[in-house]
Amino acid sequence: MIHSLFLINSSGDIFLEKHWKSVVSRSVCDYFFEAQERATEAENVPPVIPTPHHYLLSVYRHKIFFVAVIQTEVPPLFVIEFLHRVVDTFQDYFGVCSEPVIKDNVVVVYEVLEEMLDNGFPLATESNILKELIKPPTILRTVVNTITGSTNVGDQLPTGQLSVVPWRRTGVKYTNNEAYFDVIEEIDAIIDKSGSTITAEIQGVIDACVKLTGMPDLTLSFMNPRLLDDVSFHPCVRFKRWESERILSFIPPDGNFRLLSYHMLSWDVGKINPQKLPSLKGTMSLQAGASKPDENPTINLQFKIQQLAISGLKVNRLDMYGEKYKPFKGIKYMTKAGKFQVRT
Amino acid sequence: MSSNSFPYNEQSGGGEATELGQEATSTISPSGAFGLFSSDLKKNEDLKQMLESNKDSAKLDAMKRIVGMIAKGKNASELFPAVVKNVASKNIEIKKLVYVYLVRYAEEQQDLALLSISTFQRALKDPNQLIRASALRVLSSIRVPIIVPIMMLAIKEASADLSPYVRKNAAHAIQKLYSLDPEQKEMLIEVIEKLLKDKSTLVAGSVVMAFEEVCPDRIDLIHKNYRKLCNLLVDVEEWGQVVIIHMLTRYARTQFVSPWKEGDELEDNGKNFYESDDDQKEKTDKKKKPYTMDPDHRLLIRNTKPLLQSRNAAVVMAVAQLYWHISPKSEAGIISKSLVRLLRSNREVQYIVLQNIATMSIQRKGMFEPYLKSFYVRSTDPTMIKTLKLEILTNLANEANISTLLREFQTYVKSQDKQFAAATIQTIGRCATNILEVTDTCLNGLVCLLSNRDEIVVAESVVVIKKLLQMQPAQHGEIIKHMAKLLDSITVPVARASILWLIGENCERVPKIAPDVLRKMAKSFTSEDDLVKLQILNLGAKLYLTNSKQTKLLTQYILNLGKYDQNYDIRDRTRFIRQLIVPNVKSGALSKYAKKIFLAQKPAPLLESPFKDRDHFQLGTLSHTLNIKATGYLELSNWPEVAPDPSVRNVEVIELAKEWTPAGKAKQENSAKKFYSESEEEEDSSDSSSDSESESGSESGEQGESGEEGDSNEDSSEDSSSEQDSESGRESGLENKRTAKRNSKAKGKSDSEDGEKENEKSKTSDSSNDESSSIEDSSSDSESESEPESESESRRVTKEKEKKTKQDRTPLTKDVSLLDLDDFNPVSTPVALPTPALSPSLMADLEGLHLSTSSSVISGLI
Repeated sequence: MIHSLFLINSSGDIFLEKHWKSVVSRSVCDYFFEAQERATEAENVPPVIPTPHHYLLSVYRHKIFFVAVIQTEVPPLFVIEFLHRVVDTFQDYFGVCSEPVIKDNVVVVYEVLEEMLDNGFPLATESNILKELIKPPTILRTVVNTITGSTNVGDQLPTGQLSVVPWRRTGVKYTNNEAYFDVIEEIDAIIDKSGSTITAEIQGVIDACVKLTGMPDLTLSFMNPRLLDDVSFHPCVRFKRWESERILSFIPPDGNFRLLSYHMLSWDVGKINPQKLPSLKGTMSLQAGASKPDENPTINLQFKIQQLAISGLKVNRLDMYGEKYKPFKGIKYMTKAGKFQVRT
Repeated sequence: MSSNSFPYNEQSGGGEATELGQEATSTISPSGAFGLFSSDLKKNEDLKQMLESNKDSAKLDAMKRIVGMIAKGKNASELFPAVVKNVASKNIEIKKLVYVYLVRYAEEQQDLALLSISTFQRALKDPNQLIRASALRVLSSIRVPIIVPIMMLAIKEASADLSPYVRKNAAHAIQKLYSLDPEQKEMLIEVIEKLLKDKSTLVAGSVVMAFEEVCPDRIDLIHKNYRKLCNLLVDVEEWGQVVIIHMLTRYARTQFVSPWKEGDELEDNGKNFYESDDDQKEKTDKKKKPYTMDPDHRLLIRNTKPLLQSRNAAVVMAVAQLYWHISPKSEAGIISKSLVRLLRSNREVQYIVLQNIATMSIQRKGMFEPYLKSFYVRSTDPTMIKTLKLEILTNLANEANISTLLREFQTYVKSQDKQFAAATIQTIGRCATNILEVTDTCLNGLVCLLSNRDEIVVAESVVVIKKLLQMQPAQHGEIIKHMAKLLDSITVPVARASILWLIGENCERVPKIAPDVLRKMAKSFTSEDDLVKLQILNLGAKLYLTNSKQTKLLTQYILNLGKYDQNYDIRDRTRFIRQLIVPNVKSGALSKYAKKIFLAQKPAPLLESPFKDRDHFQLGTLSHTLNIKATGYLELSNWPEVAPDPSVRNVEVIELAKEWTPAGKAKQENSAKKFYSESEEEEDSSDSSSDSESESGSESGEQGESGEEGDSNEDSSEDSSSEQDSESGRESGLENKRTAKRNSKAKGKSDSEDGEKENEKSKTSDSSNDESSSIEDSSSDSESESEPESESESRRVTKEKEKKTKQDRTPLTKDVSLLDLDDFNPVSTPVALPTPALSPSLMADLEGLHLSTSSSVISGLI
């Protein structure tokens, strides 16, 4: 499927290449550069570019183009989704994903890429598994490695890959057992000139940070699960349990992960006192010397409301089965402006 | 240090020898080649010396630098001989990096690459499944044609491995070997056929991928596995799901009849792409029989539905296209919500999803109408996303929502992004032609835009108005007059040309203005763009024919200018027009018809979506995105008129029973993983068999039946982890343990008889299937129970058995129970029999086993 991967920075240098099948010459990227020139802006470079013998599928993140070379028919989303997964993995490993960081950690990057694909087909894309295979670099480990000559490659074999819960590494141990959940909602809205709402919808996610010993089996229930209508899950969530009982039942991966995301079209504001209408006010000032914009510009808003999920979604309780200790549990709510635009 | 050691090496080779001994590899000393290179190229000298060093840390450093070179695309091939020697390094990281290097350069250095093969061959026999798997992975990635037979053998053996992980890697290796040597196709298909029967979710995705690449036309191989694949699907890893769903979509289109009713096609905007008239007649005939959906067809549609909630966009898209192509049209609606959800994702995902929605929305507006507002454009969207959203909005426009949409479009026209503003104007034009109620409104709106400050907006409006007026031959004199005035100000050539053409076409409707325009144009002719010049010539000709009194001289003047123009197209056109309109001796019959020719009724241009009919490509494919057939694209066939025999998908009970009886059971069949999500369900009979054991624990304690499912889940994985620990911890002890297990397992079989009865009571599903699975269950159960006691006994046996196990560990037949017997029989007679007191069940067990020895021997020979 995926033949090769080229990483290209904003100035058009190929700073990393990796091949999973026969080597494809980097000159194939010339077609990409042509398209890049035509597009003027990076975000307008088409994600799929046909060339005489190959197809170039790319994603643009952190000012880096990740360009995959393929030779035959493949669902384009398959490749695109995989490339995003690669970026996520780098971010997970190094904290940030940038050209200098990738260059500094080129060996780890290479080892990770080697494990992620076999002959161009995804092999291990779960970060729990990858981290078992190749340990992410930390300052401490770098120091220790230099002194003792030990390595970043896990000496354990990736047992998780063989287990029934492939997303969770085995033998997890913590002295403090904690499970934190963040319910984060973003409001996407377009408000027109007159102040009336054209569209408003809520995009929510529940991000989790679970550090629990052993193989905990968690259930998370909501006060008002009926709010969740359009949902997508992390693979650990048991579909059928959700369908029948509206309960999230799962064995979590170790560490940070996105448990679910949801989407709501309606935004129920609730009761508002007509005497005291809530209002947000702001002023906009042009930079000194800047010419007045041609047309009335669209204004993008950013705001944050702590400890509130605007949809009204509330977690009822979290239970743990399968382990005996008592974990520390925490939940946080937050509402943010997503793509919140005001047309003037 | 290196500077000293190197010459020493070269002179005596002594260092080399010690090192070889130390490494315990079978590599031939490549010192000759080494010396040759080093004298030529000094730059990688230090790396070579580091690789020759005795210290792992130096070697590791060298390998890291080399990998850095490879990553940058620098040529590191000359280091091959020095690197390949480290292929058997004990240090895992060095070894891994050597693998990386090897896979990269083996193709260029085929002879030297052969030196590493024996290391992998040895590793293929390693007791640890992960080492076997990685050896197979690297061996099959070395693209050296001479090792094709070795690869073939390795794949065959690995495909019968006990570990599903190794079998998964075997499936990957199939594709690698196929691309290296397509001649192996037939043999590889055999392996694919075997692996398709595999019940492990780990293997399913990979083998279907191999199937798609090697033999996508062998749809017959799928029949017997169809139901199993449908049932496994939810538990396959996400990438495998995508591949399987695409394959099953193609399969369904060849095996089931169309679920689409005649009535649906009306809603389909007359889309009869697949059916010719004859087909339709037949269809109507057939319609007399009410349509009932094949249960297998239903199974696929039902089992893919939950995957619409996958976090993976590719999976969601795969399900969406499956619904689009094979579900009844009334049911396809459920995919819209999920596709709309994907629009929150990255721009690349949005791009692909929007393209697919664009194609769908042309044919079935209703699907996406409720989500109209999700396609509203945000100022922060990249242009390519904006234009795709516009496309969809246009497709969704109807009488009910057009006024809302037009208001929205007004905002877009004001956008800073001029390319997008222009696209919006085109869109308004399309809405105007599609929805007759608003044609006038749109036209007025566009005319208003003619006074816009921005020239691009004006120009685009002119072009669109021109198209609209052409479609509406009614009186639009006012608009034309307005546009004629624009000629003084507007400079965009295509707009000027459009205005001139409009005036020419309608010259009889604006008799006063037209000649005046021609006069102005005659003045500026020489400075106009070529496009405009051609239209001036046309205008002149049309006026000459309708109003020669006023325009004869002007036209002749223009024709003279055109005659000496620099552009040959214009010179040609001038010559052509002159011959046609100015009567002379030579011009003959044609000039009589000049008026008819020039002022003929011209068909209005169709303002069509670029996504029209794009769905003859399977949705979600690369070909669909590019609107070109991509290499390796597999056509989606039309629905068959009559469904092929559905019984081909039946997995006969008798056949199963046969399969089970001789050996008691085929372990591989039964070795499917325990399904995570299924763990709470006990509805399906197929589940009960798959429940039987978790492969992760297959070498260790098996899944207990008892207890809450969640618990047992956890047990097994803990077990397996401890097993892994011990494996890596003391590899030497492993063989012992392994044999011990076999022993205990065999012994456990008699125990299992009790358990079996219990099982029969508790399980109420398909009998034959269940029986076999319950045997497995209980045997595995007892295996873990009896382990402690049998351990001591088996220790005695192990030494004798060890050699044998090694040889037979991966026999041709994949049957573990057979293997057990082979191991067990010769040895157990002398050793195990004297100790019946230890486990009386063993005796009974042995007797039972004796019955099947003959068959096992036979199959062993085969």
